[in-house]
Amino acid sequence: MIALLGASGETDIGLVGMAASGLLVAVALAVSMWRRLGLERSLLWSCLRALVQLLVVGSALQLIVDPGDPLIYSGLWLVVMISLAGYTTWKRAAGVPAVLPLSLVAYASSATVTLGVLFGFGVYDMEGRTIVPLAGIVVGNSLSATVLVSRRLFAAADDHRHLIEGRLALGLSAAEAFQPDLREALRTALVPQIETTKAVGIIALPGAMVGLILAGVDPVEAVRVQLSVMYLVLGSVATTTAVMSLGISRQLFTSAHQLKRFELVDRPAG
Amino acid sequence: MPRASFELHDVCAGPDADPILRTISLALPCRGVTALAGPSGAGKSSLLRLLNRLADPVEGHVEFAGRDLRAWDPVELRRRVAMVFQRPPIFPGTVLDNLRVARAEIDERDAVAALEWVGLDPVMAARAAGDLSGGEAQRMCFARALLTEPDVLLADEPTASLDGAARRTIEDLGRRLAADDTPIIWVSHDVDQLRRLADHVVVLVAGRVIATGSLGELDRHPDALVRELVGAP
Repeated sequence: MIALLGASGETDIGLVGMAASGLLVAVALAVSMWRRLGLERSLLWSCLRALVQLLVVGSALQLIVDPGDPLIYSGLWLVVMISLAGYTTWKRAAGVPAVLPLSLVAYASSATVTLGVLFGFGVYDMEGRTIVPLAGIVVGNSLSATVLVSRRLFAAADDHRHLIEGRLALGLSAAEAFQPDLREALRTALVPQIETTKAVGIIALPGAMVGLILAGVDPVEAVRVQLSVMYLVLGSVATTTAVMSLGISRQLFTSAHQLKRFELVDRPAG
Repeated sequence: MPRASFELHDVCAGPDADPILRTISLALPCRGVTALAGPSGAGKSSLLRLLNRLADPVEGHVEFAGRDLRAWDPVELRRRVAMVFQRPPIFPGTVLDNLRVARAEIDERDAVAALEWVGLDPVMAARAAGDLSGGEAQRMCFARALLTEPDVLLADEPTASLDGAARRTIEDLGRRLAADDTPIIWVSHDVDQLRRLADHVVVLVAGRVIATGSLGELDRHPDALVRELVGAP
Protein backbone atom coordinates (compact mmCIF):
# COMPACT_ATOMS: atom_id res chain seq x y z
CA MET A 1 0.00 0.00 0.00
CA ILE A 2 1.20 3.43 -0.86
CA ALA A 3 1.50 5.52 2.31
CA LEU A 4 0.72 9.17 1.94
CA LEU A 5 1.68 9.84 5.52
CA GLY A 6 5.11 9.63 6.99
CA ALA A 7 6.65 12.61 5.29
CA SER A 8 10.22 13.11 6.35
CA GLY A 9 9.67 16.83 6.75
CA GLU A 10 7.03 19.45 6.49
CA THR A 11 6.75 22.40 4.17
CA ASP A 12 4.81 25.30 5.60
CA ILE A 13 4.62 28.04 3.05
CA GLY A 14 2.75 30.47 5.27
CA LEU A 15 1.18 33.76 4.25
CA VAL A 16 4.53 35.48 3.68
CA GLY A 17 5.67 32.60 1.46
CA MET A 18 2.43 32.74 -0.54
CA ALA A 19 2.82 36.49 -0.97
CA ALA A 20 6.41 36.01 -2.12
CA SER A 21 5.40 33.37 -4.67
CA GLY A 22 2.79 35.85 -5.83
CA LEU A 23 5.68 38.07 -6.90
CA LEU A 24 6.09 35.67 -9.81
CA VAL A 25 2.74 36.90 -11.08
CA ALA A 26 4.37 40.33 -11.24
CA VAL A 27 6.94 38.85 -13.63
CA ALA A 28 4.16 37.68 -15.93
CA LEU A 29 2.50 41.09 -15.66
CA ALA A 30 5.78 42.79 -16.49
CA VAL A 31 6.20 40.66 -19.61
CA SER A 32 2.65 41.47 -20.69
CA MET A 33 3.19 45.21 -20.19
CA TRP A 34 6.65 45.17 -21.76
CA ARG A 35 5.48 43.45 -24.96
CA ARG A 36 2.07 45.21 -24.83
CA LEU A 37 0.18 41.90 -24.83
CA GLY A 38 -2.86 43.43 -23.13
CA LEU A 39 -3.15 40.42 -20.83
CA GLU A 40 -2.78 42.22 -17.49
CA ARG A 41 -6.45 42.17 -16.50
CA SER A 42 -6.84 38.59 -17.63
CA LEU A 43 -3.71 37.53 -15.71
CA LEU A 44 -4.79 39.21 -12.49
CA TRP A 45 -8.32 37.89 -12.78
CA SER A 46 -7.15 34.29 -13.40
CA CYS A 47 -4.74 34.39 -10.43
CA LEU A 48 -7.37 35.86 -8.13
CA ARG A 49 -9.94 33.37 -9.30
CA ALA A 50 -7.56 30.44 -8.76
CA LEU A 51 -6.80 31.73 -5.26
CA VAL A 52 -10.46 31.95 -4.28
CA GLN A 53 -11.41 28.63 -5.91
CA LEU A 54 -8.58 26.75 -4.25
CA LEU A 55 -9.26 28.32 -0.85
CA VAL A 56 -12.92 27.32 -1.10
CA VAL A 57 -12.01 23.79 -2.25
CA GLY A 58 -9.36 23.49 0.46
CA SER A 59 -11.86 24.51 3.13
CA ALA A 60 -14.44 22.12 1.77
CA LEU A 61 -11.90 19.29 1.58
CA GLN A 62 -11.07 19.83 5.25
CA LEU A 63 -14.63 18.84 6.05
CA ILE A 64 -14.30 15.42 4.43
CA VAL A 65 -10.69 14.28 4.60
CA ASP A 66 -10.47 13.50 8.31
CA PRO A 67 -10.39 9.75 8.84
CA GLY A 68 -13.41 10.02 11.09
CA ASP A 69 -15.60 11.72 8.50
CA PRO A 70 -18.30 9.51 6.99
CA LEU A 71 -17.59 8.33 3.41
CA ILE A 72 -20.99 9.57 2.31
CA TYR A 73 -19.57 13.10 2.12
CA SER A 74 -16.85 11.91 -0.25
CA GLY A 75 -19.50 10.14 -2.29
CA LEU A 76 -21.55 13.32 -2.52
CA TRP A 77 -18.43 15.23 -3.61
CA LEU A 78 -17.87 12.63 -6.30
CA VAL A 79 -21.47 13.01 -7.52
CA VAL A 80 -21.06 16.79 -7.75
CA MET A 81 -17.77 16.41 -9.67
CA ILE A 82 -19.28 13.98 -12.16
CA SER A 83 -22.35 16.20 -12.62
CA LEU A 84 -20.19 19.26 -13.31
CA ALA A 85 -18.02 17.29 -15.73
CA GLY A 86 -21.17 16.07 -17.52
CA TYR A 87 -22.47 19.64 -17.75
CA THR A 88 -19.14 20.90 -19.11
CA THR A 89 -19.03 18.10 -21.68
CA TRP A 90 -22.58 18.94 -22.76
CA LYS A 91 -21.63 22.61 -23.18
CA ARG A 92 -18.46 21.91 -25.14
CA ALA A 93 -19.76 19.09 -27.33
CA ALA A 94 -22.68 21.09 -28.68
CA GLY A 95 -25.28 19.15 -30.62
CA VAL A 96 -23.94 15.67 -29.93
CA PRO A 97 -27.01 13.50 -29.28
CA ALA A 98 -27.62 12.42 -25.67
CA VAL A 99 -24.22 13.80 -24.68
CA LEU A 100 -25.27 14.68 -21.11
CA PRO A 101 -26.60 11.28 -19.99
CA LEU A 102 -23.85 9.48 -21.91
CA SER A 103 -21.07 11.53 -20.33
CA LEU A 104 -22.54 11.03 -16.85
CA VAL A 105 -22.53 7.27 -17.44
CA ALA A 106 -18.99 7.44 -18.89
CA TYR A 107 -17.52 9.39 -15.95
CA ALA A 108 -19.34 7.22 -13.42
CA SER A 109 -18.15 4.02 -15.17
CA SER A 110 -14.61 5.31 -15.31
CA ALA A 111 -14.62 6.25 -11.61
CA THR A 112 -16.10 2.88 -10.68
CA VAL A 113 -13.56 0.88 -12.72
CA THR A 114 -10.41 2.82 -11.86
CA LEU A 115 -11.16 3.52 -8.21
CA GLY A 116 -12.46 -0.03 -7.90
CA VAL A 117 -9.06 -1.34 -8.98
CA LEU A 118 -7.09 1.03 -6.73
CA PHE A 119 -9.19 0.38 -3.65
CA GLY A 120 -10.00 -3.23 -4.50
CA PHE A 121 -6.33 -4.16 -4.66
CA GLY A 122 -5.59 -2.07 -1.59
CA VAL A 123 -3.29 0.36 -3.40
CA TYR A 124 -4.82 3.12 -1.27
CA ASP A 125 -7.01 3.06 1.82
CA MET A 126 -10.59 3.92 0.98
CA GLU A 127 -11.14 7.15 2.90
CA GLY A 128 -12.08 10.72 2.18
CA ARG A 129 -8.50 11.90 1.73
CA THR A 130 -7.97 9.37 -1.08
CA ILE A 131 -11.42 9.09 -2.71
CA VAL A 132 -11.87 12.77 -3.51
CA PRO A 133 -8.42 13.57 -4.96
CA LEU A 134 -8.26 10.34 -6.95
CA ALA A 135 -11.78 10.87 -8.30
CA GLY A 136 -10.75 14.41 -9.18
CA ILE A 137 -7.86 13.04 -11.20
CA VAL A 138 -10.15 10.54 -12.96
CA VAL A 139 -12.79 13.09 -13.92
CA GLY A 140 -10.50 16.06 -14.54
CA ASN A 141 -8.13 14.24 -16.84
CA SER A 142 -10.92 12.50 -18.75
CA LEU A 143 -12.83 15.68 -19.50
CA SER A 144 -10.94 17.01 -22.50
CA ALA A 145 -10.55 13.54 -24.06
CA THR A 146 -14.28 12.91 -23.62
CA VAL A 147 -15.21 16.20 -25.25
CA LEU A 148 -12.73 15.51 -28.05
CA VAL A 149 -13.99 12.01 -28.79
CA SER A 150 -17.61 13.20 -28.73
CA ARG A 151 -16.97 16.01 -31.19
CA ARG A 152 -14.82 13.86 -33.46
CA LEU A 153 -17.41 11.09 -33.69
CA PHE A 154 -20.23 13.52 -34.36
CA ALA A 155 -18.22 15.35 -37.02
CA ALA A 156 -17.12 12.07 -38.62
CA ALA A 157 -20.74 10.94 -38.98
CA ASP A 158 -21.38 14.04 -41.07
CA ASP A 159 -18.05 14.40 -42.91
CA HIS A 160 -17.82 10.70 -43.80
CA ARG A 161 -21.51 10.09 -44.40
CA HIS A 162 -20.92 8.86 -47.96
CA LEU A 163 -18.30 6.35 -46.77
CA ILE A 164 -20.42 5.10 -43.89
CA GLU A 165 -23.49 4.73 -46.10
CA GLY A 166 -21.26 3.10 -48.71
CA ARG A 167 -20.37 0.39 -46.19
CA LEU A 168 -23.97 0.05 -45.00
CA ALA A 169 -25.08 -0.40 -48.62
CA LEU A 170 -22.63 -3.30 -48.94
CA GLY A 171 -24.42 -5.11 -46.11
CA LEU A 172 -22.20 -4.11 -43.20
CA SER A 173 -23.83 -3.54 -39.82
CA ALA A 174 -23.84 -0.05 -38.30
CA ALA A 175 -21.06 -1.04 -35.89
CA GLU A 176 -18.91 -2.37 -38.74
CA ALA A 177 -19.63 0.62 -40.97
CA PHE A 178 -18.62 3.10 -38.25
CA GLN A 179 -15.65 1.11 -36.95
CA PRO A 180 -12.93 3.05 -38.86
CA ASP A 181 -14.23 6.40 -37.56
CA LEU A 182 -14.62 5.03 -34.04
CA ARG A 183 -11.06 3.71 -34.07
CA GLU A 184 -9.69 7.02 -35.35
CA ALA A 185 -11.57 9.10 -32.77
CA LEU A 186 -10.40 6.87 -29.92
CA ARG A 187 -6.81 7.00 -31.14
CA THR A 188 -6.97 10.79 -31.34
CA ALA A 189 -8.24 10.98 -27.78
CA LEU A 190 -5.79 8.46 -26.30
CA VAL A 191 -2.53 9.14 -28.13
CA PRO A 192 -1.82 12.50 -26.38
CA GLN A 193 -2.20 10.79 -23.01
CA ILE A 194 0.14 7.99 -24.08
CA GLU A 195 2.69 10.53 -25.32
CA THR A 196 2.45 12.46 -22.05
CA THR A 197 3.01 9.25 -20.12
CA LYS A 198 6.09 8.49 -22.24
CA ALA A 199 7.60 11.92 -21.60
CA VAL A 200 7.16 11.83 -17.84
CA GLY A 201 10.45 12.20 -15.99
CA ILE A 202 12.33 13.24 -19.12
CA ILE A 203 10.66 16.40 -20.34
CA ALA A 204 8.42 17.14 -17.39
CA LEU A 205 8.18 16.30 -13.71
CA PRO A 206 4.52 15.61 -13.00
CA GLY A 207 2.54 17.74 -10.59
CA ALA A 208 1.64 15.16 -7.98
CA MET A 209 5.26 14.09 -7.62
CA VAL A 210 6.55 17.66 -7.41
CA GLY A 211 3.87 18.50 -4.86
CA LEU A 212 4.80 15.56 -2.66
CA ILE A 213 8.53 16.27 -2.85
CA LEU A 214 7.92 19.92 -1.99
CA ALA A 215 5.80 18.76 0.91
CA GLY A 216 8.80 16.79 2.19
CA VAL A 217 7.89 13.26 1.07
CA ASP A 218 10.74 10.90 0.15
CA PRO A 219 11.24 11.12 -3.69
CA VAL A 220 11.01 7.34 -4.14
CA GLU A 221 7.71 7.35 -2.30
CA ALA A 222 6.59 10.32 -4.44
CA VAL A 223 7.48 8.36 -7.60
CA ARG A 224 5.36 5.43 -6.48
CA VAL A 225 2.40 7.72 -5.92
CA GLN A 226 3.00 9.42 -9.26
CA LEU A 227 3.12 6.10 -11.11
CA SER A 228 -0.18 5.01 -9.63
CA VAL A 229 -1.67 8.38 -10.60
CA MET A 230 -0.40 8.13 -14.20
CA TYR A 231 -1.79 4.66 -14.66
CA LEU A 232 -5.01 5.88 -13.10
CA VAL A 233 -5.19 8.71 -15.65
CA LEU A 234 -4.52 6.34 -18.57
CA GLY A 235 -7.13 3.87 -17.34
CA SER A 236 -9.71 6.55 -16.70
CA VAL A 237 -9.24 8.27 -20.09
CA ALA A 238 -9.47 4.90 -21.87
CA THR A 239 -12.58 3.85 -19.94
CA THR A 240 -14.39 7.18 -20.32
CA THR A 241 -13.69 7.54 -24.03
CA ALA A 242 -14.58 3.89 -24.73
CA VAL A 243 -17.94 4.17 -22.95
CA MET A 244 -18.63 7.55 -24.54
CA SER A 245 -17.76 6.45 -28.07
CA LEU A 246 -19.84 3.29 -27.88
CA GLY A 247 -22.77 5.28 -26.52
CA ILE A 248 -22.52 7.97 -29.21
CA SER A 249 -22.17 5.35 -31.96
CA ARG A 250 -25.46 3.85 -30.88
CA GLN A 251 -27.09 7.27 -30.95
CA LEU A 252 -25.94 7.94 -34.50
CA PHE A 253 -27.72 4.94 -36.04
CA THR A 254 -31.28 3.62 -36.00
CA SER A 255 -32.10 0.04 -35.12
CA ALA A 256 -32.37 -0.57 -38.90
CA HIS A 257 -28.65 0.32 -39.30
CA GLN A 258 -29.41 3.71 -40.87
CA LEU A 259 -27.19 6.72 -40.24
CA LYS A 260 -29.42 9.42 -38.74
CA ARG A 261 -29.32 13.04 -39.78
CA PHE A 262 -28.73 15.65 -37.11
CA GLU A 263 -29.24 19.38 -37.06
CA LEU A 264 -26.23 21.20 -35.63
CA VAL A 265 -27.16 23.00 -32.44
CA ASP A 266 -25.62 26.42 -31.99
CA ARG A 267 -24.67 26.32 -28.34
CA PRO A 268 -21.92 28.61 -27.07
CA ALA A 269 -18.89 26.75 -25.78
CA GLY A 270 -18.38 27.32 -22.09
CA MET B 1 -40.19 -18.26 -60.75
CA PRO B 2 -41.60 -14.71 -60.72
CA ARG B 3 -38.98 -12.00 -60.38
CA ALA B 4 -38.63 -10.05 -57.17
CA SER B 5 -39.98 -6.54 -57.48
CA PHE B 6 -40.62 -3.51 -55.35
CA GLU B 7 -44.02 -2.19 -54.44
CA LEU B 8 -44.55 1.19 -52.84
CA HIS B 9 -47.81 1.78 -50.99
CA ASP B 10 -48.84 5.38 -50.21
CA VAL B 11 -45.24 6.33 -49.51
CA CYS B 12 -44.31 9.78 -48.22
CA ALA B 13 -40.69 10.61 -47.43
CA GLY B 14 -38.73 13.59 -46.20
CA PRO B 15 -39.57 16.17 -43.56
CA ASP B 16 -43.27 16.60 -42.70
CA ALA B 17 -43.15 20.31 -43.46
CA ASP B 18 -41.66 19.78 -46.91
CA PRO B 19 -42.02 16.16 -48.06
CA ILE B 20 -39.75 15.01 -50.86
CA LEU B 21 -42.01 12.13 -51.91
CA ARG B 22 -45.76 12.66 -51.76
CA THR B 23 -48.06 9.64 -51.44
CA ILE B 24 -46.47 7.42 -54.04
CA SER B 25 -47.99 4.06 -54.92
CA LEU B 26 -45.99 2.23 -57.53
CA ALA B 27 -44.88 -1.19 -58.70
CA LEU B 28 -41.24 -1.24 -59.75
CA PRO B 29 -40.42 -4.22 -61.91
CA CYS B 30 -37.01 -5.81 -61.48
CA ARG B 31 -36.13 -6.62 -65.08
CA GLY B 32 -33.68 -5.02 -67.46
CA VAL B 33 -32.96 -1.37 -66.71
CA THR B 34 -35.69 0.62 -65.00
CA ALA B 35 -34.90 4.33 -65.11
CA LEU B 36 -36.12 6.86 -62.57
CA ALA B 37 -36.33 10.06 -64.58
CA GLY B 38 -37.24 13.63 -63.80
CA PRO B 39 -35.74 17.02 -63.06
CA SER B 40 -33.29 17.64 -60.19
CA GLY B 41 -35.08 17.67 -56.84
CA ALA B 42 -37.93 15.48 -58.07
CA GLY B 43 -37.21 12.85 -55.39
CA LYS B 44 -35.48 10.19 -57.54
CA SER B 45 -32.54 9.57 -55.21
CA SER B 46 -34.80 9.76 -52.15
CA LEU B 47 -36.97 7.05 -53.66
CA LEU B 48 -33.93 4.89 -54.40
CA ARG B 49 -32.69 5.16 -50.80
CA LEU B 50 -36.01 3.74 -49.58
CA LEU B 51 -35.48 0.55 -51.57
CA ASN B 52 -32.47 -0.70 -49.56
CA ARG B 53 -33.59 1.03 -46.36
CA LEU B 54 -30.84 3.60 -46.17
CA ALA B 55 -33.90 5.68 -45.29
CA ASP B 56 -37.47 4.88 -44.27
CA PRO B 57 -40.70 6.49 -45.45
CA VAL B 58 -42.51 8.69 -42.93
CA GLU B 59 -45.80 7.26 -44.18
CA GLY B 60 -46.76 4.17 -46.15
CA HIS B 61 -44.56 1.16 -46.69
CA VAL B 62 -42.36 -0.55 -49.26
CA GLU B 63 -42.33 -4.26 -50.16
CA PHE B 64 -39.60 -6.28 -51.81
CA ALA B 65 -40.34 -9.77 -53.14
CA GLY B 66 -43.77 -9.54 -51.53
CA ARG B 67 -42.42 -8.79 -48.04
CA ASP B 68 -42.57 -5.51 -46.15
CA LEU B 69 -39.02 -4.11 -46.01
CA ARG B 70 -39.36 -3.67 -42.25
CA ALA B 71 -39.66 -7.44 -41.95
CA TRP B 72 -36.27 -7.96 -43.63
CA ASP B 73 -33.00 -7.99 -41.74
CA PRO B 74 -31.54 -4.70 -43.09
CA VAL B 75 -28.08 -6.22 -43.49
CA GLU B 76 -29.42 -9.16 -45.52
CA LEU B 77 -31.68 -6.85 -47.55
CA ARG B 78 -28.75 -4.63 -48.54
CA ARG B 79 -26.76 -7.58 -49.79
CA ARG B 80 -29.70 -8.60 -51.99
CA VAL B 81 -30.40 -5.00 -53.04
CA ALA B 82 -26.96 -3.54 -53.74
CA MET B 83 -26.30 0.10 -54.51
CA VAL B 84 -23.78 2.29 -56.30
CA PHE B 85 -23.66 6.01 -55.68
CA GLN B 86 -23.10 9.19 -57.65
CA ARG B 87 -19.98 9.90 -55.58
CA PRO B 88 -18.08 6.59 -55.36
CA PRO B 89 -17.26 5.79 -51.72
CA ILE B 90 -13.55 4.95 -51.85
CA PHE B 91 -12.35 3.24 -48.70
CA PRO B 92 -8.72 3.51 -47.55
CA GLY B 93 -6.25 0.97 -48.94
CA THR B 94 -5.90 -0.84 -52.22
CA VAL B 95 -8.54 -1.85 -54.73
CA LEU B 96 -8.39 -5.37 -53.26
CA ASP B 97 -8.96 -3.91 -49.76
CA ASN B 98 -12.03 -2.19 -51.14
CA LEU B 99 -13.35 -5.43 -52.63
CA ARG B 100 -12.81 -7.14 -49.27
CA VAL B 101 -15.24 -4.73 -47.61
CA ALA B 102 -17.97 -6.43 -49.65
CA ARG B 103 -16.57 -9.95 -49.28
CA ALA B 104 -13.95 -10.35 -46.56
CA GLU B 105 -12.79 -13.80 -47.62
CA ILE B 106 -12.44 -13.05 -51.34
CA ASP B 107 -9.64 -15.03 -53.01
CA GLU B 108 -7.42 -13.81 -55.80
CA ARG B 109 -9.33 -15.63 -58.54
CA ASP B 110 -12.66 -14.03 -57.57
CA ALA B 111 -11.02 -10.62 -57.28
CA VAL B 112 -9.55 -10.96 -60.78
CA ALA B 113 -12.90 -12.12 -62.16
CA ALA B 114 -14.74 -9.20 -60.50
CA LEU B 115 -12.29 -6.63 -61.89
CA GLU B 116 -12.32 -8.16 -65.38
CA TRP B 117 -16.10 -8.16 -65.37
CA VAL B 118 -16.17 -4.39 -64.99
CA GLY B 119 -13.36 -3.90 -67.51
CA LEU B 120 -10.55 -3.14 -65.06
CA ASP B 121 -7.08 -4.63 -65.48
CA PRO B 122 -6.58 -7.21 -62.68
CA VAL B 123 -3.15 -5.71 -61.87
CA MET B 124 -5.10 -2.79 -60.47
CA ALA B 125 -5.99 -4.92 -57.45
CA ALA B 126 -2.75 -3.82 -55.81
CA ARG B 127 -3.16 -0.14 -56.63
CA ALA B 128 -4.20 2.45 -54.05
CA ALA B 129 -7.92 2.95 -54.58
CA GLY B 130 -7.50 6.68 -54.03
CA ASP B 131 -5.34 6.88 -57.17
CA LEU B 132 -8.08 5.63 -59.52
CA SER B 133 -9.68 7.97 -62.05
CA GLY B 134 -13.37 8.80 -61.59
CA GLY B 135 -14.46 6.19 -64.15
CA GLU B 136 -12.16 3.50 -62.74
CA ALA B 137 -13.36 4.22 -59.21
CA GLN B 138 -16.97 3.88 -60.28
CA ARG B 139 -16.24 0.58 -62.04
CA MET B 140 -14.51 -0.66 -58.89
CA CYS B 141 -17.66 0.27 -56.97
CA PHE B 142 -19.76 -1.77 -59.42
CA ALA B 143 -17.39 -4.72 -58.93
CA ARG B 144 -17.59 -4.32 -55.16
CA ALA B 145 -21.39 -4.16 -55.18
CA LEU B 146 -21.64 -7.22 -57.44
CA LEU B 147 -19.51 -9.26 -55.03
CA THR B 148 -22.51 -9.32 -52.69
CA GLU B 149 -24.31 -11.29 -55.46
CA PRO B 150 -27.38 -9.03 -55.40
CA ASP B 151 -30.82 -9.78 -56.83
CA VAL B 152 -31.05 -6.19 -58.04
CA LEU B 153 -28.70 -3.22 -58.29
CA LEU B 154 -29.65 0.37 -57.46
CA ALA B 155 -27.61 2.99 -59.33
CA ASP B 156 -27.90 6.59 -58.14
CA GLU B 157 -26.71 8.75 -61.07
CA PRO B 158 -23.50 6.73 -61.32
CA THR B 159 -22.22 8.72 -64.31
CA ALA B 160 -23.12 12.21 -63.12
CA SER B 161 -19.53 13.25 -62.40
CA LEU B 162 -17.87 11.40 -65.32
CA ASP B 163 -16.77 12.56 -68.75
CA GLY B 164 -18.20 11.19 -72.02
CA ALA B 165 -15.95 8.14 -72.50
CA ALA B 166 -16.14 7.02 -68.86
CA ARG B 167 -19.92 7.58 -68.93
CA ARG B 168 -20.31 5.29 -71.94
CA THR B 169 -18.20 2.60 -70.25
CA ILE B 170 -20.44 2.63 -67.17
CA GLU B 171 -23.57 2.57 -69.34
CA ASP B 172 -22.23 -0.43 -71.27
CA LEU B 173 -21.53 -2.12 -67.97
CA GLY B 174 -25.10 -1.43 -66.87
CA ARG B 175 -26.52 -2.94 -70.07
CA ARG B 176 -24.30 -6.03 -69.75
CA LEU B 177 -25.38 -6.51 -66.14
CA ALA B 178 -29.05 -6.24 -67.03
CA ALA B 179 -28.55 -8.69 -69.88
CA ASP B 180 -26.69 -11.01 -67.49
CA ASP B 181 -29.75 -11.22 -65.23
CA THR B 182 -28.94 -8.49 -62.71
CA PRO B 183 -31.75 -5.97 -63.10
CA ILE B 184 -30.90 -2.34 -62.40
CA ILE B 185 -32.92 0.59 -61.13
CA TRP B 186 -31.01 3.56 -62.50
CA VAL B 187 -31.53 7.19 -61.53
CA SER B 188 -30.77 9.66 -64.28
CA HIS B 189 -31.78 13.11 -65.34
CA ASP B 190 -29.78 12.79 -68.57
CA VAL B 191 -32.35 12.34 -71.32
CA ASP B 192 -29.86 10.94 -73.85
CA GLN B 193 -28.67 8.35 -71.33
CA LEU B 194 -32.27 7.47 -70.55
CA ARG B 195 -32.93 6.68 -74.19
CA ARG B 196 -29.75 4.62 -74.51
CA LEU B 197 -30.43 2.56 -71.38
CA ALA B 198 -33.99 2.30 -70.22
CA ASP B 199 -36.33 -0.63 -70.76
CA HIS B 200 -38.88 0.85 -68.40
CA VAL B 201 -39.20 4.43 -67.15
CA VAL B 202 -40.76 6.01 -64.05
CA VAL B 203 -41.13 9.79 -64.36
CA LEU B 204 -41.13 11.82 -61.16
CA VAL B 205 -41.90 15.50 -60.80
CA ALA B 206 -42.01 17.34 -57.46
CA GLY B 207 -42.20 14.13 -55.44
CA ARG B 208 -44.99 12.54 -57.45
CA VAL B 209 -44.98 9.84 -60.12
CA ILE B 210 -46.58 11.38 -63.18
CA ALA B 211 -46.03 8.51 -65.64
CA THR B 212 -44.63 5.00 -65.99
CA GLY B 213 -44.10 2.77 -69.02
CA SER B 214 -41.71 1.84 -71.78
CA LEU B 215 -40.03 4.57 -73.82
CA GLY B 216 -42.35 3.76 -76.72
CA GLU B 217 -45.40 4.24 -74.52
CA LEU B 218 -44.13 7.44 -72.92
CA ASP B 219 -43.19 8.93 -76.30
CA ARG B 220 -46.92 8.95 -77.03
CA HIS B 221 -47.96 10.19 -73.57
CA PRO B 222 -50.64 12.93 -73.66
CA ASP B 223 -48.72 15.09 -71.13
CA ALA B 224 -46.16 17.26 -72.96
CA LEU B 225 -43.99 17.44 -69.81
CA VAL B 226 -43.65 13.65 -69.76
CA ARG B 227 -42.71 13.59 -73.43
CA GLU B 228 -40.13 16.33 -72.77
CA LEU B 229 -38.62 14.54 -69.76
CA VAL B 230 -38.15 11.28 -71.70
CA GLY B 231 -36.83 13.14 -74.76
CA ALA B 232 -39.61 11.99 -77.09
CA PRO B 233 -38.61 12.56 -80.71
